[in-house]
Amino acid sequence: MLQIKPILAALKHHKAGTVLIALQIALTLAIVCNALFIIRQRTEHLSRPTGLVETDLLAVNNRWVGADGKATESLTETDLAALRQKAGVVDATMINSYPLRGGGWSLGADTKPSVKDDVRRAPAQTTLYFTDEHALATMGLKLVGGRNFRPEEVRWVDPRDFETNVPVIVSQALASKLYPDGNALGKPVYLSSTKPATIVGIVERLQVPWTGNWATNFAENSVLLPFLLEGSFGNYLVRTRPGELARMTKAVPTLLFETNRMRVIPEERGVRTFAEVREQAYRSDRGMAILMGVVCAVLLAITAAGIVGLTSFWVGQRRKQIGVRRALGATRHDILSYFLTENLLIGAGGVIVGAALAIGMNLWLVSHFEMERLSLLYVAAGVIALLLLGQGAVLAPAMKASRVPPVEATRSV
Amino acid sequence: MFAYYFQLGLRSLRRNPLLTALMVMAIGFGVAASMITYSVFRATSSNPIPQKSDELFAVQIANWKPEDLEQGEPPSAMSYTDAMAFMRAHKAKRQTALYPVSPSVIPADGNRLPITANSYAWYGDAFAMFDIPFLYGGAWSQAQDDAHASVAVIGRELNDKLFNGANSVGKTINLDGHDYRITGVTDAWDPQPLFFDPVNTGGFGDPIALFIPFTRAIDLQMPTAGNNNCNADPGNGWDAWLRSECIWVGYWVELPTRADADTYRRWLTGYAAEQQRAGRFKWAPNVALRDVTDWLDFNKVVPPESKISLMVSLGFLLICLVNTIGLLLAKFMRRAPEIGVRRALGASRREVYMQFLIEAATVGLAGGALGLVLTGLGMLSVGWVFDEQIARLATLDVSLVALTVVVAVAATVLAAFYPTWRAAQVQPAWQLKSN
Repeated sequence: MLQIKPILAALKHHKAGTVLIALQIALTLAIVCNALFIIRQRTEHLSRPTGLVETDLLAVNNRWVGADGKATESLTETDLAALRQKAGVVDATMINSYPLRGGGWSLGADTKPSVKDDVRRAPAQTTLYFTDEHALATMGLKLVGGRNFRPEEVRWVDPRDFETNVPVIVSQALASKLYPDGNALGKPVYLSSTKPATIVGIVERLQVPWTGNWATNFAENSVLLPFLLEGSFGNYLVRTRPGELARMTKAVPTLLFETNRMRVIPEERGVRTFAEVREQAYRSDRGMAILMGVVCAVLLAITAAGIVGLTSFWVGQRRKQIGVRRALGATRHDILSYFLTENLLIGAGGVIVGAALAIGMNLWLVSHFEMERLSLLYVAAGVIALLLLGQGAVLAPAMKASRVPPVEATRSV
Repeated sequence: MFAYYFQLGLRSLRRNPLLTALMVMAIGFGVAASMITYSVFRATSSNPIPQKSDELFAVQIANWKPEDLEQGEPPSAMSYTDAMAFMRAHKAKRQTALYPVSPSVIPADGNRLPITANSYAWYGDAFAMFDIPFLYGGAWSQAQDDAHASVAVIGRELNDKLFNGANSVGKTINLDGHDYRITGVTDAWDPQPLFFDPVNTGGFGDPIALFIPFTRAIDLQMPTAGNNNCNADPGNGWDAWLRSECIWVGYWVELPTRADADTYRRWLTGYAAEQQRAGRFKWAPNVALRDVTDWLDFNKVVPPESKISLMVSLGFLLICLVNTIGLLLAKFMRRAPEIGVRRALGASRREVYMQFLIEAATVGLAGGALGLVLTGLGMLSVGWVFDEQIARLATLDVSLVALTVVVAVAATVLAAFYPTWRAAQVQPAWQLKSN
């Protein structure tokens, strides 16, 4: 470390190379920090549980043809009866949407009736799942309080025409949001302006259909209503016996077409195992993370390669000086630490500029895209990583330098 | 001389294989990353109807109170009430209200299963407005719109499926149990982004297979297959929904000149003011008229993934270039003695410039070749990051191949300027003496 002054003096003689390495370190730090941060943001919710038992679960998207409204009631009931009787099926239900599906029904839930033209916001946004008493068993939801729907509570309704003063099951997240004191059971929840629903059950966890950032603040606020919706669209969820999923993926649509041909099950996303639902819901998040990961890895490799390349060149250029120093009594270790220190100094300059760039770049991203502020931990980790990378990259050329024999001093001139 | 320098360049690639390989890889990776992300960006930000994009306008009007609007902008869709008022007023050269519907097509052949078709309900004007080409027949008439006629226009693919590609004009098609008479078959029409309805499609999707009159769809109470947003309970039933302030209708007008647009905008403001006087709107007129490009912008059709990854890739390319400057500097300066000799033998600085820039271009060319291979590989995996609908638009076409090579060579030559300048500064006498 005593060599800092002479190193600085020596660096003045090859300013261009020094500046280039420092610049490269700075830019790499800026990009890697932000890319890693994007990865974290994107992957954070990849592992978020839906609250469902996702194994052995099948989602079928069904559309009636030539039947609408009331006519779809008996058609759907025939389907559900056929599905539930099918060997290999544990239970089945109809539901308007399900976690990770992407589309659904959301509204503000309140503990008090809302007054006309009142602009106050409801305390909690929630999703509405319209389904029946088979939902808990089919989806594998865990009831932590209260009870399931009773068969006599489940009714068919026109989606544009129903009253919400019914028993409902809510997720724990919504229950605690509405009633922080923990006594949500039996309490009212207003899903329309005047008629309250009553909370009769609480499930441990149930995610909303959306995975986007905009749904983050109500990701687990859900309400199950004992309504089956009339109309030509519907989703069936089917729980199969363990090991029967693959067979049922083929058997279920066949069964449905045998029951009634006048329907469409889309070729794309018509029949999906829940594993596929999850994969498709998070595809772009996972892809973005992989892309950023590859970019980071290649970037670090290129920066390291650049440092190796330039340092090797300097070592070659300075063989004679090194020889002279060795002849004057410098040990191999002295030479090695000279180059390591030199790189550390350049790296330090680079990371100082880089940290500023990283933060600036993040501020720009925050103002243009839905991104969070960069945590300084990432910058700190990036700084350490790049300094270590520099030391690692310079090691080989520095070792080579330390092996320059003193006799080099006598060569030419 | 060029050929000779090019040969020298090729030879020097082999002289420092490690340095050269590093440079070629840096340029290759940098260029490939930029090209892959650029191809996606290009696909998502392209103008789907360039010949008319400044004559077509999406109409917006705030029928919701300011607190319910996002950033004070009028919503991207409108209520049935306003859309019908605009259609009746008939203030533009052409106009249409539109919304996506999803009827099932029931094949005449009883053995075939029904299919769903990507469908829209709109007015006959839309075909001419959006420059939709016809294979057979044509659009339905305004009289048919007014008569709520049971007519339809189908796309080429659906025509192939149902009629084996024959001219089906005059034949009927059964949708959800109702017969429609076909007035025309559209030829391939697949604008991307789907500018006329980015609200419900996100901007990308399969071509539209079927069109029916808006008036007929409303008669049959076909619900929207897209978004329906209400800021208040619409009440029960279909008619209540139509009368409500729920927003779900898209609205387009064709205004050929700037003056037409200004006139329309004034009329629109006047309409909003009238609604305010009538007590329906309790706020000042808030309207917008956006042409195709503005509309796509407003609806943020270019996905943030595309912009961020393009940005990161350009940063990546920049780093690769900084890296290349350093490595070229090392490579060139190592040959200071050779330059000294050449200079002493009478080569001018200009000659040195030529030689080294051409040598750099050779490195760039090699980097471009690697970049091309990597871009090709990358194209195969675009589907990992972007939705399939977008991924299929990113293709390695001739222009992208050319661009890849040009960017690689140009970037490398640019990066070579400083190292070359340093090389040209080598003093002949000094080098001769020291060796």
